[in-house]
Formats: sequence, C-alpha cells, structure tokens
Amino acid sequence: MTVLRESIILRRGLRVATAPLAVFSLYLLFAGHNRPGGGFAGGLVAGVAIALAWATEGEAGTRRLVAVRSTVLLGAGLAVALVTGFAGLVWGGAFLESAVWDLSLPLFGDVKLVSAIGFDIGVYLVVVGVATGLIRSLGAGSGEGPA
Amino acid sequence: MSWLLPAAVAVPLVGAALTLVVGRRLLPQRLIAGSSIAFLFGAAVTLLLAVEEGAPIVSQLGGWPAPAGISLVADRFSTFVLATSAGMLVAVFVYAIAQLGRDALDWWFHAKYLVLASGVALSLLTGDLFNLFVGFEVMLVASYVLLTVKTDRREIRATISYVVINLLASAFFLVLIAIVYGATGTLNLADLAGRVADLPTGVADAISLLMLAVFGIKAALFPLFMWLPDSYPTAPTPVTAIFAGLLTKVGMAIVIRTQTLLGPTDGPSTVLLWVAGATMVVGVLGAIAQNDIKRILSFHIVSQIGYMAMGLAFVTVAGVAASVLFLVNQVVVKTGLFLIAGIVEREQGTGALSRSGGMLQRRPVVAALFAPLALSIAGIPPFGGFVPKLGLVQAGLEADQGGIIAVSLAVSLLTLFSMTKIWSAAFWGDPVPEAGRAGPGMIGATALVVAAAIAVTFVAGPAMELSTSIATDLLSSDGYVSSVLEAAP
Repeated sequence: MTVLRESIILRRGLRVATAPLAVFSLYLLFAGHNRPGGGFAGGLVAGVAIALAWATEGEAGTRRLVAVRSTVLLGAGLAVALVTGFAGLVWGGAFLESAVWDLSLPLFGDVKLVSAIGFDIGVYLVVVGVATGLIRSLGAGSGEGPA
Repeated sequence: MSWLLPAAVAVPLVGAALTLVVGRRLLPQRLIAGSSIAFLFGAAVTLLLAVEEGAPIVSQLGGWPAPAGISLVADRFSTFVLATSAGMLVAVFVYAIAQLGRDALDWWFHAKYLVLASGVALSLLTGDLFNLFVGFEVMLVASYVLLTVKTDRREIRATISYVVINLLASAFFLVLIAIVYGATGTLNLADLAGRVADLPTGVADAISLLMLAVFGIKAALFPLFMWLPDSYPTAPTPVTAIFAGLLTKVGMAIVIRTQTLLGPTDGPSTVLLWVAGATMVVGVLGAIAQNDIKRILSFHIVSQIGYMAMGLAFVTVAGVAASVLFLVNQVVVKTGLFLIAGIVEREQGTGALSRSGGMLQRRPVVAALFAPLALSIAGIPPFGGFVPKLGLVQAGLEADQGGIIAVSLAVSLLTLFSMTKIWSAAFWGDPVPEAGRAGPGMIGATALVVAAAIAVTFVAGPAMELSTSIATDLLSSDGYVSSVLEAAP
C-alpha cells in the first residue's frame, strides 16, 4: 500500500472527496424509503470513504473518520434497529410496524417521514461498523500498528 | 401475548448488541447475556404453556397481514422444541462461564452465543420460507465464528469443511426458494400448504426432495452428514455441546415441519425410511471405530438423527409423535453428554480413550452423571431415551415396517456397546494423572441438564400426550394454516 500512500493526487483528492462522499452516503440513507438507496447502500458508500482514508493515511485516517471501536458501532446499530422494531409494539402496533408522518417543514417543503428510518439508521451504523472493523483488522497485518 | 414472539427473537439480538457496546468488561457482559438467555427461556416456556391447550399464537411482523408479510408462529411443536433448546442454552451458558474462566474467555463469546440463540428462535418460530433462510444464516454465521474460537491449523481445516458444506446448503436453499416462489407465488408456509397440493406431481416431488436435501444437510442425514463428526469435536466444549444439542435438531425440526406441511402425506415415505436406516447404521458404525470421547459422541449425533427420520417416515400420528419426543429428548441428552465429555477432558487433559481411566474412582459424581445419559441414549428402560424408542417401535409395528424396526434395535445395541467402551476406558481402570479440575459451576450446570434428562422418565405420560397432540397438529395442518392466514395483523 506504500504506492498509494505516496500518491499526492490521491491524498489531496481524498481530502476534497471525503465530505461529498459523506453527504452522498447520508443522502442515500434518507432517500432509501421510496427511491434507490437505504441504510445498507449508504453505509457501503461511507465504507468506501473509510477504505480510501486507510489507503492514504493508514490507521490514523480511519480514526479521523471513525473515532470509536468498530464493535461499538456494530452494537449501537443493531440496538437502534431493534429498538425501532420494539417501538411499534410499544405504541400498540406490531413489531417493526412503521408510523408515517406527513410534515411540511420550512426549507425542505413537504416531507414524508417514516419511523422505519430508525431501522435504516441502525443498518447504516452496522454496515459502517463492519467496514471499519474489516479494514482495521485486515490492515493490522500490514505493519500499520494495532487495529 | 403475541409480542413475545418477536421479543424471543429480538431480545437475544439486543443483548448481543449491548455486549458489544460495553466492550471488554466481563461482569456487565455476563449480566446482559445471562438475562437475555433467561428471557428467551422464560418467553419460550410461557408460549408453550399458552399454546398447549389452545390455538397457535401468530405475530404478523410490521403489521402486514399474511401471506404478504412475515408471520411468526408459536404452535405446540415450535414452542416445545424452543423451550427445551432455550433451557439448554441457559445451562451451557453457566457451564461456559465456569469452564472458560476469567482468563481464557474470548470477550465477544457472549455476542456470538446470543446471535446463535436468536437464530435458533427465529428458525423455529418463523412461518415463512425466506425468513427461515435468514434464521438459518443468522444461526450459521454465529456458528462459523464460534467454531474458530481458538484457531490452530487442525481447527481451521475442520471449520473449512463445515463452512463450505453449509454455504453449499444455503445456495441450494436459495434455489429451493426460487423454485417454490416460481411454482406457487408465495413463501408463507401456511399459504404454501394449500398451494402445493395443486402443483403437478413432478414439481411437488422435486420441491419435497430438494427440501429434504437442504434441511437434511443441516440435520446431518445420510449421506449428507460427513461434515459433522469432523468439525464438531475440535471446538471448545460449550460450543460443541450447544451445536450437538441444538443445531442438527433444529435442522431436523424443520425437516419434520416441512415434510408434514408440504411433503406427501399419503403413506410411508420409502425415501425417508432408507435414509433413516442408513443414517442410523453409518452413524453408529462410525462411532464404534472412534477412540476419542467427543468423536464417538459426534457420530452418535448422526446415528440418533436417523431415529427421528424413522418416525417421520411412517407418516402416522404415532410415528411423528415418537419422533418429536425423541428429538426433544435428544436435545437434552446430547447436550449433557458433551458437557460430561468436556469435564473428562478437563480432568484428564485429553479425550483419547487410550490415555483415559479411573474417573469413577477419582470423580464418582461425574460417573454418576454420565451413566443415566449413556443408558438413556441406548434406550435402556427406565431412562428417558426408552420412551420415544418404544413409541417408535410401536408405531413401526402399526405401520407394518418390520425391517426398519430390526435395524433400529440392532443400532441401539451397538450404541450401548460404544457407550460401554467410553465407560470402561474412561471411568474404569487406574486413574491417569490429574490434568485439571472441573469446578462446581461445570458440574452443577451438567447436573441440571442430567436432571432434565432423567425427568423425562417421570413425565413420560404427559410428554407422550403432548407429542401426540403435536403430531396430530402436524399431520392435519388445517389448524396451523387457518390460524396463520386468519390472524389479525
């Protein structure tokens, strides 16, 4: 990976690209209810950013983007997704049943908000956690220090 | 009450998530994992008591009515198997904490164990073919990781065959799902039961056979069992015990469910009879050739699966009832036998029979735990294994299947022989040097399992009644079908 690390184009390019990648991944997360996207696709795009950061800056790069242990992300994501499922039960519906709110917000206009977004956010966190964990543990063997 | 169904699946998963978040702190991990497993056990028992007298309890996920949405179904069969399995999960959890101790415990063992528990619950409770696939995968992914807890070359090799064969089975499962959906346009098991009858015979037979192959791999039926005796013994004892007790039995439970619901039910199944006989014989012959406790027991897993297939093959209420009781009894007995094998290994430093001896003299309590289970698995009265075996023989006589009865009795004798082999090598003779000592936690957890196995004898009457009503439900699936399809979302 030293070749990539010495590439100034990739280093500078990534500095610029990180923010758009993050925005795009969040867009996918929220667009996913009715259009292509969703927590899984959004999480993968975020994973791409993390992988590129590792390739250019090593472990320090992934830590700049994801400050916590990957298992915390995994656990938190799983918990968020399941708690969303239980919320349906608590409000008298079925497990995983989704509530729908039609809101009109300033700036955004009419927004259809579904509580299933909580589940998607959970999936997003799990995918980012898996990507981070994979990159850190696979990268750990390349002499870049501990995962 | 129907909220308990998704909760039984989701609470262990939430537990797994929380153990990951708390990180390496062992005490909170154990509290979270212990309470999640205990919840699963409580939920399963509550559901069993609730459905024992009444109709199945159905939960429609997301509020989507069947067959569009995914149904979770708790009927007598699924809750009986789940309650027993969850009880074993509790006992083995206690054993695992006691055995692995503070130093050796892999800190995310808890998360993997809970994910496995959730997969078992989902596989047993789901009423949807694709969701069943998900349940199996959740269970399998956890099992892949559990198998590689300690990794040396031999374990990796054994794990690879386990992973490859199960991935292959999963691929077949996907093909099966595609064919079923293509042929019928539904994956809801209750909805399928009505539609399979209208299919051309060829398609229906193909689906039934493919199901038998896919779930037969998971259940380790002949000739698809070869992955099992190779991979199970290499894992740490709690892992092997829970795999031996639960995984193949869950596979067999699904075979029973799908064959009775979707397979041909118009007479004894010749295919299943041959498969059952071959599974028994090959399994027990394999066991006799082994010289390591865990390897002997692993081959017996295969052999005993044959008995469950035998009862199912008769396609009579008596036969299926005996199969169900046999299955539930085996969940307990197999878990217990492997826990004892773990204790013997801990005390002697090896499971090889040639380097064992004197356990009876040194630890009579372990011998006292082993004896009832060994006699139970061989089907010696009055121990627990005798009741379902007697049921199988009676059902066989009623169905006029003398051949398979003769085979099953001969295999029982050989089973007794290989149990005697373990007994004479490991428990009799001069004690070998002590390598370690099993603590009270290990002994206590094992004693709990053995007590449950012995209790089967005392509740043989009610257990047989419950199994008979389960078999009646399974063979006339109207109750199951109507309660799933008519359940309010």
